[in-house]
Amino acid sequence: MEVTTQGMSYADFKDNEHIESLVNELRANGTNVVVGSLDKLINWGRSNSIWPLTFATSCCGIEFIALGAARFDMARFGWEVARASPRQADFMMVAGTIVHRMAPVVRRLYEQLAEPKYVIACGGCAISGGPFKKSYHVVRGVGEIIPVDVYVPGCPPRPEAMIYGIMQLSRKIKVEKFFGGVNRQQKREEFFNALPVAKAIVKEGVEQEQGMEGK
Amino acid sequence: MANVQERIATLFPEATFEQGEWLLVNIPDAQWHTLAKTLKEDPALDFDYLVALVGMDWSDSFGIMAYLSSTATGRKISVKVATTDRTNPMIHSISDLWAVANLYEREVYDFFGIIFINHPDMRRLFLRNDWVGFPFRKDYDDSPNINPVRLEHEAVDDVTYSYVEQPDGSIVKEERTIFAPEDFVVNIGPQHPATHGVLRFRTAVDGETIKKIDLYLGYIHRGIEKLSEGLGYMQTLHFTDRLDYLSAQQNRHCLCLCIEKAMGIEAPRRAQVIRVMMDELMRISSHLLFMGTFCMDLGATTMLFYTLRERERILDIFERTCGARMTFNYNCIGGIMEDIDESFVADVKELLAIMPKALKEYDTVFTGNVIAQNRMKQVGVISKEDVISYGATGPVGRASGWACDVRKVTPYGIYSELEFDEITMTEGDSMARYLVRIEEIKQSCRILEQLVDNIPDGDICAKVPKIIKLPEGHWFQQVEASRGAFGVYLESHGEAKPWRLKFNSPCLNLAGLVPHVAEGNKIADLITIGGTFDYVVPDIDR
Repeated sequence: MEVTTQGMSYADFKDNEHIESLVNELRANGTNVVVGSLDKLINWGRSNSIWPLTFATSCCGIEFIALGAARFDMARFGWEVARASPRQADFMMVAGTIVHRMAPVVRRLYEQLAEPKYVIACGGCAISGGPFKKSYHVVRGVGEIIPVDVYVPGCPPRPEAMIYGIMQLSRKIKVEKFFGGVNRQQKREEFFNALPVAKAIVKEGVEQEQGMEGK
Repeated sequence: MANVQERIATLFPEATFEQGEWLLVNIPDAQWHTLAKTLKEDPALDFDYLVALVGMDWSDSFGIMAYLSSTATGRKISVKVATTDRTNPMIHSISDLWAVANLYEREVYDFFGIIFINHPDMRRLFLRNDWVGFPFRKDYDDSPNINPVRLEHEAVDDVTYSYVEQPDGSIVKEERTIFAPEDFVVNIGPQHPATHGVLRFRTAVDGETIKKIDLYLGYIHRGIEKLSEGLGYMQTLHFTDRLDYLSAQQNRHCLCLCIEKAMGIEAPRRAQVIRVMMDELMRISSHLLFMGTFCMDLGATTMLFYTLRERERILDIFERTCGARMTFNYNCIGGIMEDIDESFVADVKELLAIMPKALKEYDTVFTGNVIAQNRMKQVGVISKEDVISYGATGPVGRASGWACDVRKVTPYGIYSELEFDEITMTEGDSMARYLVRIEEIKQSCRILEQLVDNIPDGDICAKVPKIIKLPEGHWFQQVEASRGAFGVYLESHGEAKPWRLKFNSPCLNLAGLVPHVAEGNKIADLITIGGTFDYVVPDIDR
């Protein structure tokens, strides 16, 4: 099955193997005609209007503004509804360096995103710490604290690269099983359990939240 | 300069002097506060502007380097205060004399653990309050086991400490509460669309009126200065593009000038002209983005599309020459990396042709608008004394009548040969800060007009060795970035990497001024004030 989005041809995409593997996974699990068709309909709608959270810490954020302006115009693709509140957004574009002090904030923003939620790590800093990798105060990639769906390299990535990254996300959404099947919540728990830093918070998360609200 | 030295020598016999571009005074800590008071208040000296306060670790001692300047006479002086006590270093605070010293000293405390006596608020500035150790000390252990990535939220500071000197000379640690128990505190940021980045204000409000703001920084503190200490001089350059990414060219220009000054070389004429042109293009593009985002903050979203249209043109010019839209890596030690693209001159001319029309269009769309006028006029008025005391340079300082343009005060590069006006206004409100930037765009265009047909031929880069070793010493250089005076302090101990590299960013001072100006205003005005200050948060936090 050729999964494509926004009129871009299948051959122009990279990482088609990964999407193929997701498709094969879907096929292997099997599904009935009614649910499968409903899935397709819902995924078509969701993949064409993914709303970003306006979240930027540094340079990449300025390119994100340029992405919203007339020249690159992400409104063409249905992504222009940038929300300031995570509760109304579908995905979070981590644009910029994440440092120690910011890490719990990023984590909380992620928790606040409404399901189903996605993360794009945008730029060298969000991927690996980038030029600040050796610093005492920089998290070596946002992937250490929250699960990432798409990585967009660059310092900062050009707006075109960001468009491509969001398109890849849109393709991933298209091959998701909405009813039953892949349980994103379960996957996420596995992710957090595999990470020592993140694990600690999952255990005491409830108390922490209450503790903070109390103050 | 000589009479300044004589005067200080008669008043403070312990002081020793070193000559240089900035006269250096060595003074023991016991005399430091008295000297600072004299420097500021003595009419014959009149050093009313604290340019920079640099924390230092000389491995056998800690200390600070203070850079002072006089706004009336332009005289410059620097003071060195050191303490050999490594376990419990203490220096007297000057935050009662210059308001900007409050944040500067907290920064030094955060990085070096030097306690400032009589400072009202001795908290960490950038790092979490449960951080272990002081990262800029040369013996700091940066093992991730000591300071792992913590995902629990740090405890909220309700109290702060002040180390108060008693009449008998002893130091007593006193507890101070930040907010009164009856205060209603609202949190703004770090994730907020109107803070222009990850800045956090804890705001005590009385209805809609702001009573007090507690500033929280460090949500994008990357430790750039510490990173630079482990890198060669060439390698430190790229960090400047990522400080204030909207003044990337000017910041890098500054560091290059500082290193060139230390090496005793000068960039070829062609490189100097191109550097200035790039600086001015950068300034225009930065001010255009300011207009767009600021108007968006006030609710006029359309303006962003107009200003970004012209900004994209400038980015195209940059891209054709530098190969990037934002982090350019264009200046290098001794000149510039690559020659300008063949279309550069034509592109700049085209830009200059459309700018007057575009500016007129912005005025029609926004400046004359009644709502815009009401939201900006008489909002966030700052006096000239305050901008000097808070060290708020750039368009903010000039809107309050302080002629602080580094291009005029201490010209660098070829600025002394160019014809342009320094824009100053006296109103000091948000409207003035907005208008100053529009006028500065016009002045930058004027500079470009003078240069675009007069780019001389010749080399673009002086000969520099592959590995640069600077002689022992310290240097300080300032340039006028888009948001104000950007400074670089460089100290070398004769090695191939800097002993200390400090970026003195204009945005930290601007952020420090926000609580002062916003008090007594409405919350909606905080957005206007923050917008007209136009700080870039990665430049505050570094």
